[in-house]
Amino acid sequence: MKHPGMTNKVYNIPNDIFEWSEDNFKRVSKIIQKYPTSRQQSAVIPLLDLAQRQNSGWLSKTSIEKVAETLSMSYIRVLEVATFYSMFILEPIGENFVQICRTTPCWLRGSDKLVKVAREISNAKLGETSKDKKFTVVEVECLGACCNAPMVQINDDYYEDLDESTFKKILTDLKNNKSISKGSQIGRQASHHERGKDA
Amino acid sequence: MLREEDKIFKNLYGFDDWSLKGANERGIWSNTKEIIEKGSEFIVGEIKNSQLRGRGGAGFPAGLKWSFMPKDSGKPHYLVVNADESEPGTCKDREIMRNDPHLLLEGCLVAGFAMHANTCYIYIRGEYYNEAFNLQKAIDEAYENNLIGKNACGTNWDYDIYLHRGAGAYICGEETALLESLEGKKGQPRLKPPFPAGAGLYGCPTTVTNVETIAVAPTIIRRGAKWFSSLGRENNTGSKIFSISGHVNNPCNVEEEMGIGLKELIEKHAGGVIGGWDNLLAVIPGGASVPLLPKSICDIVKMDFDSLKEVQSGLGTAAVIVMNKSTDIVDAICRLSHFYKHESCGQCTPCREGTGWMFRMMEKMVKGSAQVDDIDKLLDVTKQIEGHTICALGDAAAWPIQGLMRHFRSEVERRIKEYRLEEVA
Repeated sequence: MKHPGMTNKVYNIPNDIFEWSEDNFKRVSKIIQKYPTSRQQSAVIPLLDLAQRQNSGWLSKTSIEKVAETLSMSYIRVLEVATFYSMFILEPIGENFVQICRTTPCWLRGSDKLVKVAREISNAKLGETSKDKKFTVVEVECLGACCNAPMVQINDDYYEDLDESTFKKILTDLKNNKSISKGSQIGRQASHHERGKDA
Repeated sequence: MLREEDKIFKNLYGFDDWSLKGANERGIWSNTKEIIEKGSEFIVGEIKNSQLRGRGGAGFPAGLKWSFMPKDSGKPHYLVVNADESEPGTCKDREIMRNDPHLLLEGCLVAGFAMHANTCYIYIRGEYYNEAFNLQKAIDEAYENNLIGKNACGTNWDYDIYLHRGAGAYICGEETALLESLEGKKGQPRLKPPFPAGAGLYGCPTTVTNVETIAVAPTIIRRGAKWFSSLGRENNTGSKIFSISGHVNNPCNVEEEMGIGLKELIEKHAGGVIGGWDNLLAVIPGGASVPLLPKSICDIVKMDFDSLKEVQSGLGTAAVIVMNKSTDIVDAICRLSHFYKHESCGQCTPCREGTGWMFRMMEKMVKGSAQVDDIDKLLDVTKQIEGHTICALGDAAAWPIQGLMRHFRSEVERRIKEYRLEEVA
């Protein structure tokens, strides 16, 4: 499967410019202060994350160059980090980045069915962006919410205790720009053993 | 069964307020100054006497680990909290960080002070965005109330806690890979020695410890090592959070006494196996890396480090993955092989090449298109990877397959024979 975070190619847009926004510029200096002076390379992961958020969820060549310049690092050292970690996305993706957990605990509780639902609604192959640019769906390895399996991460939030119908509703609502609620979809509190009222 | 008053994690599910106000009501930060004034030797001694073993998977005695930190190295000392929870099946630290973050922060101060550290980094996995949000808010609250920062809790000890988010790499849960990542590099494990206690973060003395280990420390000091070691049994003391997932009626995280029977744990807390206990096929008792156990062992085994070691498995992170008879057991392990192939950092050849080879062979085993001889060949390869890599990821990739073949070899052979017969027909 294609995964936009697992590629080693850098996507270059001609004449693209990346500058820190005013707010993010302030954040940058706050982040660097967390680490000892002369150890500012430690800030490379938080800064790449910040750049990715400013750049619609993915890292362009110019944004990686900007991080390198900000931290006085060579470009290749930053690129090395950007390609190593799967959360750094190296090509444009859809508005909703849907990551379906496929590892054994989620699979035992039906993650395969969620993949089918997502492909149906997004009408795109795994790893590719839908035509309306609404979805990029990928399968990922364990996201660490196994007691609430099966689960899916959409952008920053976890959606847990899913089944085909609740997941279908979430994706349809996203498609129609309706708001959705994160967390357990059967109304249970964290990973408490009691199921919610709706279950 | 663990009594309610002996539970350390009183807000594991977030029914109560997770902020400082709620934490104070649960007794967190109540007499931290007193604890610290007892001195670092006392704290390390109590942890040693409690026989607390690290909760991150390896089960190394925590007090001993803390005592490796030099007393006066002339360099800054660091405490690094490993919150990169990625072991499949494990989701306990997540609940601590989002529902009781102050419990962890108080532990950071107490443990950090005991190690002569003035700085603590908490490395949380990048996907835990909302958990990091709660934790950062708790850190801000602690600074505002002078619980940490300059003269933390009025103890004349300066203590800073910083939160650092990772970016999606299982290998960063390995302590030296985590340090590399924290230094702004690819997360590839370092050769040991030197051990982090001698040269860790930025070349300075460092201790890397799991969230749960740190979070239980203040309660142990408050209630005494004797109380903690009265729970469980010799060398396997205390209580522990178990994550029960897979084919059970009510998957959940639950704090229980060490040494609880596996059957009791599943039936009492998780509503039993789907389809009843007799419908059980196998259990992975400690996260993806440990070998699975067939039902006959699950009937009687107790959940602690030494009992599980005796049956050639391990407690690991105490993530119990339950599989009933509807499971394609070969595919379940094949998926774990895919996981290790995906997460290998690529540094050591046996792991980089071996995890891919093992996954492809496991795919054949799922279909049955392998040869019967391939089973021994596969086992031989797992033995060649095991122990021949810098970190334990190679071992972790090898063990689930060895466990499968130890207990379910006949199932794998049956598939191969069936596939042959179909081919002939």
